[in-house]
Formats: sequence, C-alpha cells, structure tokens
Amino acid sequence: MLRRILLFPPVWISLIVVVAASTLPLYVSGYILGLLTIAYYFGVFSMAWDLLFGFANEVNFGPTFLIGLGAYTAGILDNLYQPPIFVCVAAGAFAAVTGGVALALPALRMRGPYFGLMTLVAVLMLQNFVVVAAELTGGEIGLTVPDVISIDDKVNYWIALGFMTFSGAVLYGLSRSPVGLILQASGQDAVQAGALGFNLTKHKLAAFIVSAFFSGLAGALMVFYLGAASVGTFIDVTVGVQVIIGAVIGGRRTILGAAIGAVFLIAMGEALRPLGDLATFIVSGMALFVVLAFPGGLLGMVKGAREAT
Amino acid sequence: MLFWQILIAGFAISSLYALGATGFTLIFGVTGVLNLSHGAIMVAAAVAAWAASESLGVGSYLGAVFGILTGLLLSLATYFLVVGRLQKSRKIREEEKEIFILTATLLWGIMIQEAIAYLYTNNAKTVAPIVEGVVSILGVRTPANEVFTAVVCWLSIGALWYFVNGTRAGKAVLAASMNPRGVTLLGIELSSVYFAAWAIYGVLAGIAGVLLGMFFGVSSYSAGPLTASAFSIVVLGGLGSVYGTLIAAYVVGYLETLTAYLVSPAYRTIPALLLLVVVMYVRPRGLLGRR
Repeated sequence: MLRRILLFPPVWISLIVVVAASTLPLYVSGYILGLLTIAYYFGVFSMAWDLLFGFANEVNFGPTFLIGLGAYTAGILDNLYQPPIFVCVAAGAFAAVTGGVALALPALRMRGPYFGLMTLVAVLMLQNFVVVAAELTGGEIGLTVPDVISIDDKVNYWIALGFMTFSGAVLYGLSRSPVGLILQASGQDAVQAGALGFNLTKHKLAAFIVSAFFSGLAGALMVFYLGAASVGTFIDVTVGVQVIIGAVIGGRRTILGAAIGAVFLIAMGEALRPLGDLATFIVSGMALFVVLAFPGGLLGMVKGAREAT
Repeated sequence: MLFWQILIAGFAISSLYALGATGFTLIFGVTGVLNLSHGAIMVAAAVAAWAASESLGVGSYLGAVFGILTGLLLSLATYFLVVGRLQKSRKIREEEKEIFILTATLLWGIMIQEAIAYLYTNNAKTVAPIVEGVVSILGVRTPANEVFTAVVCWLSIGALWYFVNGTRAGKAVLAASMNPRGVTLLGIELSSVYFAAWAIYGVLAGIAGVLLGMFFGVSSYSAGPLTASAFSIVVLGGLGSVYGTLIAAYVVGYLETLTAYLVSPAYRTIPALLLLVVVMYVRPRGLLGRR
C-alpha cells in the first residue's frame, strides 16, 4: 500500500521538490527565505480554497474571512493574555472553523453566485468590524503581537515549508478519497449526485470546515511569523483575490497546483516589483490569459501534454 | 428639518445606486453573466471624464461624453475579449462556465483598476459637476448637483424602460432574457442581442460612473466596493428583476443615509450588509426574485 502511494507520480515528485526546498536555507539569502515563507503560507490558503472551488464547485470569494478570523483571533489572544503560542494558534484555527460553520450553514442553502456573495459580504463585515473595534484589533493601523515563533529566518522557513507539506498531504489525500469524489460529483451534477443518495450539504459543509481549519491555522501561523496583523495583509478583498489567482493559475481541481500557483504568484509579484502598479496588472493579465487559454491551469497543461502523447 | 434632509440626500444617492445596479441586473438577466468588473468600468468612466475635463480642458459636458464612451468601449471589450470567449470555449464544460466567468471578470476588473492606478495614481478624483450652486427644496439647502444626479438617473432608467418595451430591438433583448432559444427560433441572431445588451450596459455604467465621480469622487480603490454594492443591491432585489433592483437600491440608499446621519458615517455600510444577510437567510431569491 505504502509502496503504491510512493510510486504515484504526484507524490514522489512532490516529495523530491519538498526535500530540495528544505535544503534551500543552506545556500540562499535571508531575503529570499522570507519571501518563500510568505509564499508557502499563501500556498496553504490557495490549496484550502481549491478544495471548495475545484471539488465542491463553490466560488468562495471570502477566503480572507477565514484567514482573517484565524489571524486576528490568535493575535488578539496573544496581545491580551500572552498564553503559549500554540494555544493562540489553536484558538485561531478553532475560531476560523466556528466562523466557517456559521457562514456555511446559511450560505450552503444557496447556489452559485448567491453563495459567492454571502462569502464576500462576510469579508466586508469582518473588515468593518476590525476597523470599528479599533481598541481590540488595532483598527486600520494594525495589530502588533508581542511574541513571534522565532527570529531565525531558517526556522521560520522550515516551519512554513513543513506546514505547507502537511496541509498539502492532508488536502490532497482528502481530494483523492471517496469524500473528494463525492464532492466532485456534487459539483458537476448536484441533482444526480443527490439521487445517488449522498448527503451533499453534509459533504460540502465538511469541505468548508477543512478549508476553514487550514486557512485559519495558516493565518494564525503567519501572524506569528510577521509579528503583526493588519486588514491589508489578512482581510482585504485583494488578498483574497491573490489566493484565488494562485489557485486558478496553478490548476483547478489539483490541490498541489494551487500551492505551485501561489508560490509562482508571490515570486512573480516580487520579480516585477520595480514596475510598481504595473506588476499587479501584468500578473492579473497572465492569470486571465491562463483562464481563457488553458482553463486547467499550469498543472492542467502538464496533464494535457501527457495525455496527448 | 433633519427628516427632509435625509429624505432628499437619500433620494439622490439611491437613484445613483439604482442606475448602477440596473445595468448590472440587465446584463445578468439577458446574458446570464455576473460581471465582477462592473465597479472597475464605472471607475474608469469617471476617471476618463475627469482626465478629459481637467487635463485636456474640454469642459464638463464633453468630459462626461468622453466618460460614457469609455464605459461603452470597456463594456464591449469585456464582452469580446473575456466573456464571449469563455461562452464559446469548448475546453470548459457548460456547467462550469459560470464560475469561470466570475473569476475571469474579476481578473479583468483588477486589470482595469490597476491600469487606472498606473496611469492616474490612486488618488481620489472628483469630476467637475455639470451644474453648480445650491437650490432650496422644502427649506433644505441642496447642492444642484444632487438634483441633477437624480434627474439624469431617472431619465436614463426611463429611456431604458422605453427601449425595452417600446422598440423592436429592445423587445428582442427582453425576449432573450425570458427564453433565449425562443428568440433564435424567431430568426433573431442571439449574438447581436448580446451585443446590444452589452452596449446598453456600457452606456448605463458609463453614466452611473460619471455621475458618481461628480457626486462622491472616485479612486481606483472604489472599484471593488462598487461591484460589491451593485451585487448586493441586485441580489437583495432578486437577480434579474429590474423592479426588485430599483426597490432594493432605495432601501440600501436610505439605510446608508439614515445610518450616516443618525449614527455615524463610519458605520454607513453595516446595516445594509446585515439586511442582506437576513434577506438571504429568509428569502434567498431576494425581494422580487423569480427563482
């Protein structure tokens, strides 16, 4: 069984990539490590999003609702009581799951665009709340947390890489499991999947919870890497759009592609930084081109090329 | 006194919302597309009007025309470059097209927004109003621009109503929103109906954008919130229902004005969002939705 899993191409290729990536701190600068650390957290955001978009066929415009809940809960808790960091991170993940369920229960009764709108509204409400409750959250200026996981670039890098690998393994495994197949079926033909006797709402809710858990966890960990939380880095709709672009560029319904896309996106954004405002323009343009010309994304192109030969 | 003030200020804002959201609901009703670049197109129209009247010095009338033309061109570009391609694509399965169109128009909107930011910076721009001065209505000193906005909005909505109900081309558009296949069977080219719908949408979004630029001022940051507010008004009223949209625009406009006057401008958008959540929960198809 283990042999079969290890011989499955996506698994061993990812393993090689992860092992290679883990040796990076030995020969690249702290600047690149810092960039990649952020990119890995974004990779988790995108993978968690792909579980909903790619498999359950639900457009969640509010990934940052879950991320922001996790990040701010962890940050505020640390600011007020300074418990051990892992308690804060766990609380962040728990808050994201709770918020996710509270959002998903009414939202999953709706279809397509309505669901998307609900999630978008959730983000706007959270943003309003953070700005209004400025005494607790730091408002528009942002929240500084007293603790960080580590001040060492390398440790932070390894934590992010390990976390992304773990999340990727769980999410990918889930997508390949019977649950993933049912989600896929419900996304493609909800009526028929329902007629086969699957409780679609239950499965979608489960997908939402898993997505919320990893988003919240990643958000909370990222707060303790950055040492600060602000609306602009965690909640703003543009952050959510980045998460979405990452997943779309990388390849929908692949999970692993989402991580590749997010890392690629952050790297591109940094490489194009000298161009200023044009950078976002070019990156969105590229993403739009991928959507129009290769709807399967980068991994979809690879798959397509392999199937063609 | 405060009552009349809120009534008048709220009316102007609500009319503006109504005009912006009508275009959005028209395009959804006819072509089934939720255009997430809506806000960006409106902002682009306003910025074009501003640039034409400030930098080129062509005056506010020509500037407004220039802004509306920009809205029209961008709307047609949205159709030909983005939405039309996805609708015709053979690589994407029919049932997945909806979410691809959502994602693609979102990206397209960001491109427009960033292009504006690059060319004209992120600063807020206020378009010089066509009419200036103050008039007194029921003892309330009202900027003439507010009256002008409300009048133009209602004239545009009235013109749209006449076009849809009184002309042959308009009736074809209306029919396409009810039953696209039936329209094709009657020998009307569906693609020309779509073209007409996007053209009308572009003009409406252009007018709404220019008026918004005169009323509040816009910056490239306003694109996202504008799309979100049009989206929520349309959903509140019921997707595809024009009357529902008009009612919802007034509900949202007055809720915001009431909150801004009576509570605090900082809480302006919150009650409308809460209302939206409640409506979605109790009546997911909106106030006058069909499905």
